[in-house]
Amino acid sequence: MLRTVKSEEITKSIKEMCIEANHVLSKDMEDVFLNAVSTEKSQLGRQVLCQLQENLKIAGEEMIPICQDTGMAVVFIKVGQDVHIEGENLTDAINRGVSQGYVEGFLRKSIVEPIERINTNDNTPAVIHYEIVSGDKIDITVAPKGFGSENMSRIFMLKPSDGLDGVKEAIMTTVKEAGPNACPPMVVGVGIGGSFEKCAQMAKHALTRDLSEKPEIAYVRELEEEMLLKINRTGIGPGGLGGSVTALSVNIETYPTHIAGLPVAVNICCHVNRHAHRVI
Amino acid sequence: MDFHINAPIKKEDARKLQSGDYVYLTGTIYTARDAAHKRMIETLDRREPLPFDIEGNTIYYMGPSPAREGRPIGSAGPTTSSRMDKYTPTLLDLGMGCMIGKGKRSKEVMEAIIRNESVYFAAVGGAGALLSKCILSSEVIAYEDLGTEAIRRLTVKDFPVIVVIDSKGNNLYETAIKAYGEELT
Repeated sequence: MLRTVKSEEITKSIKEMCIEANHVLSKDMEDVFLNAVSTEKSQLGRQVLCQLQENLKIAGEEMIPICQDTGMAVVFIKVGQDVHIEGENLTDAINRGVSQGYVEGFLRKSIVEPIERINTNDNTPAVIHYEIVSGDKIDITVAPKGFGSENMSRIFMLKPSDGLDGVKEAIMTTVKEAGPNACPPMVVGVGIGGSFEKCAQMAKHALTRDLSEKPEIAYVRELEEEMLLKINRTGIGPGGLGGSVTALSVNIETYPTHIAGLPVAVNICCHVNRHAHRVI
Repeated sequence: MDFHINAPIKKEDARKLQSGDYVYLTGTIYTARDAAHKRMIETLDRREPLPFDIEGNTIYYMGPSPAREGRPIGSAGPTTSSRMDKYTPTLLDLGMGCMIGKGKRSKEVMEAIIRNESVYFAAVGGAGALLSKCILSSEVIAYEDLGTEAIRRLTVKDFPVIVVIDSKGNNLYETAIKAYGEELT
């Protein structure tokens, strides 16, 4: 049985999710923040973390965006193959929602033509990742991504012989180079395997994971824990001003790859790890 | 140490600040980020005057989100300073006072800071809502067509910043990592 969803409904949801994500962090982010304040060893670090908590409170209560960089709108959309979308083409419906959210929600319009640097004035186009799945639902995640941390992200085309140690080194190198530029404490998204673009997409998607959920594969779970521990021993700390909380979480996704390769992408996100999720 | 300092920041105030000090700024500062810096340097290359007197003034690397009605400004936290590194030594040698941003600076900027007895402050990145509460007024004074990247004159009250690089060239980003790093090499 086909289920019909009007494109206006998608537009409206995207608009609301852009505004929501830029003013309120998800519950799992709140929880890791609380934990961070209690474990931070540096006094200045604790002061920074408390400022960030205060910032979140003001943002939600007074509707001031958490960060002035309200990001490039990244959208992950899973469309059930039993859904029929009526009205506008899906891509246009999503971009219309982004435009309405950023214009009507007092969000910063940060998107420009890459060389001529002319602003599109409504923060479109979004970066959209489509997936066709079974069922008759549409699952949408909107993740506005700031570029302070995006600029510090890296892709490594490792050799198979580099193995797990190579992956660890790639993660640590990226985090250390990012340092204070990426607004720590950061969330580190990692994609291992796939192809050049697949690993980058996994690294981005990994940032949207609920932090209370852990991966099923044992070595991935262990790698996440080990990397978080190591990153928090670098001393970078909150704001890069020294301390023991440099990352809040390391989220890793994997995918089979080619016999000749071991692609690794590390997508750094600042502490404003924004994502809103809805099912239509 | 904690200090309350007026902006524009006097040379004697800048000299006494040390890497790691917590400072509350009150007074007038200016915003400029990527596009405004590029345009300022192009203006200087044409031997034309800058759109405002940069002498002794503090520049905040920031492009705000739009203000809601009745508010002076939207969210207003720092952007990454290193993108301005290419332009900064020229501006410091022209008499620019101090800078507020976040993140590392180049060797050339570090040398220009020491040469001109300037100070590089960090505001807490990603605290744009909190920082906006310390901004009492905001007025676009140049390059309005650049939108969020226009140059703005801000009146701030007790605006919280941390001294990262002081006038002697001490760098908190380097010393702090050593103090708290416990990595085995």
